[in-house]
Amino acid sequence: MNDQRNTTEIVQASIKRRYAKEKRFRLYGLIAIISSLAFLAMLITTITIRGLPAFTQNFIQLDITLDQKTLGLGDEPDISALRKANYNGTIKNSLLAEFPDVTKRKDKKLLYKLVSKGGQYDLQKKVMADPELIGESMTVWLPVGDDVHTYLKGDVDITLPEKKRRFKDIQVGWIDSLQENGQIAKRFNKTFFESGDSREPELAGIRGALFGSMLTLVVTLALSFPVAVAAALYLEEFAPKNRWTDLIEVNINNLAAVPSIVFGLLGLAVFINFFHLPRSAPLVGGLVLSLMTLPTIIISSRAALKSVPPSIRDAALGLGASNLQVVFHHVLPLAMPGILTGTIIGMAQALGETAPLLMIGMVAFIVDVPTAITDPATVLPVQIFQWADLPEKGFVEKTSAAIMVLLAFLIVMNALAVYLRKKFERKW
Amino acid sequence: MNDSSTEADTEKLVSMNIDQDIPHEQTVEEIVASLGDTVGQTRVDNPKMSCTDVNVFYADKQAIFGVDLDIADNEVISMIGPSGCGKSTLLRCLNRMNDTIPICKVTGDLTLDGENIYGKNTDPVLLRARVGMVFQKPNPFPKSIYENVAYGPRLHGLSRNKADLDDIVVTSLKKAGIYNEVKDRLDQPGTGLSGGQQQRLCIARTIACSPEVILMDEPCSALDPIATAKIEELIDELRENYSIAIVTHSMQQAARVSQRTAYFHLGKLVEVGGTDDIFTNPKHELTENYITGRFG
Amino acid sequence: MTISLLLLVIFILVALGYTIGRTRAVKRFRSAERERRPHSLPRYYGYLVALYTLIPALVVIVLWGLLESSVLTSMVSRQLPEDIQSLPEGQLKLVINDIKNLAVGNISSSNSDPIRMEAADHFSGLLSKSRWAKGIIAIAAALLGMFFGLRSIAPETRARILVEKAIMIFLIACSSLAILTTVGIVFSVLFESLRFFGKVPFSEFAFGLHWSPQTAIRADQVGSSGSFGAVPIFAGTLLISVIAMLVAVPFGLMSAIYLAEYASPSMRSWAKPLLEILAGIPTVVYGFFAALTMAPMIRGIGESIGLTVASESALAAGLVMGIMIIPFVSSLSDDVITAVPQAMRDGSLGLGATKSETIKKVVIPAALPGIVGGVLLAVSRAIGETMIVVMAAGLAANLTINPLEAVTTVTVQIVTLLTGDQAFDSPKTLAAFALGLMLFVTTLILNIIALRTVRKYREQYE
Repeated sequence: MNDQRNTTEIVQASIKRRYAKEKRFRLYGLIAIISSLAFLAMLITTITIRGLPAFTQNFIQLDITLDQKTLGLGDEPDISALRKANYNGTIKNSLLAEFPDVTKRKDKKLLYKLVSKGGQYDLQKKVMADPELIGESMTVWLPVGDDVHTYLKGDVDITLPEKKRRFKDIQVGWIDSLQENGQIAKRFNKTFFESGDSREPELAGIRGALFGSMLTLVVTLALSFPVAVAAALYLEEFAPKNRWTDLIEVNINNLAAVPSIVFGLLGLAVFINFFHLPRSAPLVGGLVLSLMTLPTIIISSRAALKSVPPSIRDAALGLGASNLQVVFHHVLPLAMPGILTGTIIGMAQALGETAPLLMIGMVAFIVDVPTAITDPATVLPVQIFQWADLPEKGFVEKTSAAIMVLLAFLIVMNALAVYLRKKFERKW
Repeated sequence: MNDSSTEADTEKLVSMNIDQDIPHEQTVEEIVASLGDTVGQTRVDNPKMSCTDVNVFYADKQAIFGVDLDIADNEVISMIGPSGCGKSTLLRCLNRMNDTIPICKVTGDLTLDGENIYGKNTDPVLLRARVGMVFQKPNPFPKSIYENVAYGPRLHGLSRNKADLDDIVVTSLKKAGIYNEVKDRLDQPGTGLSGGQQQRLCIARTIACSPEVILMDEPCSALDPIATAKIEELIDELRENYSIAIVTHSMQQAARVSQRTAYFHLGKLVEVGGTDDIFTNPKHELTENYITGRFG
Repeated sequence: MTISLLLLVIFILVALGYTIGRTRAVKRFRSAERERRPHSLPRYYGYLVALYTLIPALVVIVLWGLLESSVLTSMVSRQLPEDIQSLPEGQLKLVINDIKNLAVGNISSSNSDPIRMEAADHFSGLLSKSRWAKGIIAIAAALLGMFFGLRSIAPETRARILVEKAIMIFLIACSSLAILTTVGIVFSVLFESLRFFGKVPFSEFAFGLHWSPQTAIRADQVGSSGSFGAVPIFAGTLLISVIAMLVAVPFGLMSAIYLAEYASPSMRSWAKPLLEILAGIPTVVYGFFAALTMAPMIRGIGESIGLTVASESALAAGLVMGIMIIPFVSSLSDDVITAVPQAMRDGSLGLGATKSETIKKVVIPAALPGIVGGVLLAVSRAIGETMIVVMAAGLAANLTINPLEAVTTVTVQIVTLLTGDQAFDSPKTLAAFALGLMLFVTTLILNIIALRTVRKYREQYE
């Protein structure tokens, strides 16, 4: 064995090396955290950069003559005639009037692409609201087509040979001249928030998906909150320790870790094929998601109930309250902030969930905004998934914007949960 | 003994410090000031470690007030006092275990062989290899008995080869008086031993690093009387090779094992002297109150 | 009578029952003699009456809902002409589906044959009759219940105990829902899987090396040989999960160690929530990122050093999935690392170990069971993760271990097989359930092992 003097020398000999190791180890930890956070930053910036342009839309100012002949209307047009009228034709005419030197068929086609197909619906709306406009001339702002939007955003590389890009030189010329005349303006993109899905990127909006998400979440909350609280109360306050409660406990913990897509299979087999509930409906979506979020809420509710000190229970019991009265009068109110925090986190999870909803058909192409829980609907994350799959370049920007909206909702919900936790945090 | 509160829990320690026995209108600082200078000889001829004007703060609360104290070569010095008097805190300063608590700040001079242990060039790792520590609750690692003892030598590279290491382990276990009890099951987990055996294993683990000083923080507070007697015996034997500072709640223990005794109150060293002197003829009123069992 | 209207009526009746019950109890007990003190407070008698009103009505509604569809279907199909009734079961189902859709107005009625139109009329007539009958019977049940409830108001009725018993039953039922869910999952995947294995032998599914469910459909050969070998899918799932874990475990574990052992409390307070944001981002967002940013990036890098990289490489999906799992691993590891008693660290530091030596040689070995449990949970998560792979991994079932090639996974196949319209009992659809069964069983085993390890670990230090 070494004597004591020796220890000092030996330790001193290796100490530099050991400290170098220490430093390196610490550095690895720091690198791990920094790179994770760097990824987070990268994810959010790329999506923001891609998504921001979707919140604005460019408009072209055109002089439009709503003459009966082009519209294809008779003298006393009824509503359905007004709806079916050829608004596209009037827009084309006014474009031709703006650029009278365009004569070739091919060029005309390119010219028509300057205005979005949504332009005709804008006109249609105006005319249907006020049929007196027929025959009049007026100046309107119409949304630009997808390609023009991309160009104005600066995403078209005009140094490329013309053949290699969708946006041609002649179109560049038109847009530049329109811009010089102040006939192009950038405004907030209301369409994105006011319309449902569409095959045209510039017409697609998230209103339908937002409403679908809302309805689904309402169903989820209405089902999972009471059931989860009841289950947590039972397990934490009343359950005897026996095999049955053990089994329940194992089940809850396991369900919390079951892949979400399996819940989708359950929904498909049970709710749709067995109970014949409507496909694609927020009702079924909510059912599936509430089964999925139940374990999360139960687990956090139990933690909240557990943190209420036994002295409170003893005090109430000592005054002659029944077991249930103790729980409902004292324990539950004290645990409520914790339960609500857990519920909000569960809801945030449900809001971001996609896979199980694909299974129950919420992936259909749905234009209408749902109004009831049995209407076919889609939800925000599924909308993102659908748009992400589409080849048009315009949808990349829409997808990113929809992600930004989704993340905004999630941030608000999580911030609310953190706020609740901080505000009602209690040390016993 | 029955009042063995968790002094390792330093935050509690601070609050206890404040709560204890203080007439409400007086602050700790005022009481400490009223205690006056330390009674007795704080200095020795052959100091191994020495403290001069040591103050310890947890955040803005002061836990130790201007302590001067020497630890001599080959002696056992015991530190006694009521809960929260700062004796454990001072002990943890001696091998810089307090470094692990971020809010803890130490001022004053602490030296080991004349070298400042809080100096810029002193390294806590080397210091702790030279000044070992045994904790209140036995804390063997969840490894085998052999691995527990071999841990220190391996860390510091004290052995050249396996045979060397085996030798260190066996010698340390023997010195800690536990070898005969465990020699047949060196490969079994140290956590499977009884409390007293675990504590002796921890002492063996400390000895294996060949330290010069061993600090013991209420080493028997979690043990039964028989295990305690064994440890006390062991301490007495270890004195030949090491300087030992022991914090204890038991005055009997202090009387049995130590040559000198230091009495602390509210973070102040009230009295220090030969153990026999302190227990038969305490000079300070508080010391007398304490050893006659009026509080503590 | 629509269901929401019915529920509203029932709700009003329940509220009414409570009020009447309560006031009656107050009145009756005021006049009663002093000695016969009622067992419970008046409001408990109110609750009791409300329960008496609610439960029978709910029972009627639920039973009706369960039976309605099958009873009506059999009634309608009995009215159908012989030749339709004698059709094979599958086709008969289709006809009846058509009829139902006609009745509800999901299909425009213009191009249907008169027999179906007639049946549809019949069906919708029956349906509206059934709804009215349901409403009336439910309300009658509620009123009857209320009547009995009111009659039971007497001082000796132990109203509070009865109400509490009812509540307790509700609580037990709610907590048993977890078991019901598991049973539901097992049955829904098991039955369809058994049907699948009736058509395709299990050995072929488990050991076959060729997966191409599409050809089986086109050739209309049920279980045509070699089409449902799931090995490439399992291999693909494994490959992507391994890549993900290679990212998640070191990064997650090192982050946890740094946060638990080195970081100052202030750094911990911001870095931890930031890391957890990564866990809160929906997987569809990761999928989008993997497909649109990560995959082209990896492809670009690969090509610049002369490698051929598939545009839907396993590497891209695995990397992004790994990043998604980092916070999962780190927060679980953080929990178990902080659960290691400080005494253990003190023991090591007191012997002169550096911090990293203490962590590597004492803390991590002590926390190892907990960490392993956490990693197993993370593996189960990687295997079951869907959106990232659906969006970023391929559809082609290649049997390869080259991470630069495209592979497919169990979840991708489930999604592709089940989205889009197809007959429900084709082997293609059933295969999805067989894959689902495999997925459920695998993750179940992993979860149970992991949860048990973690629990044992916790008990050790509690």
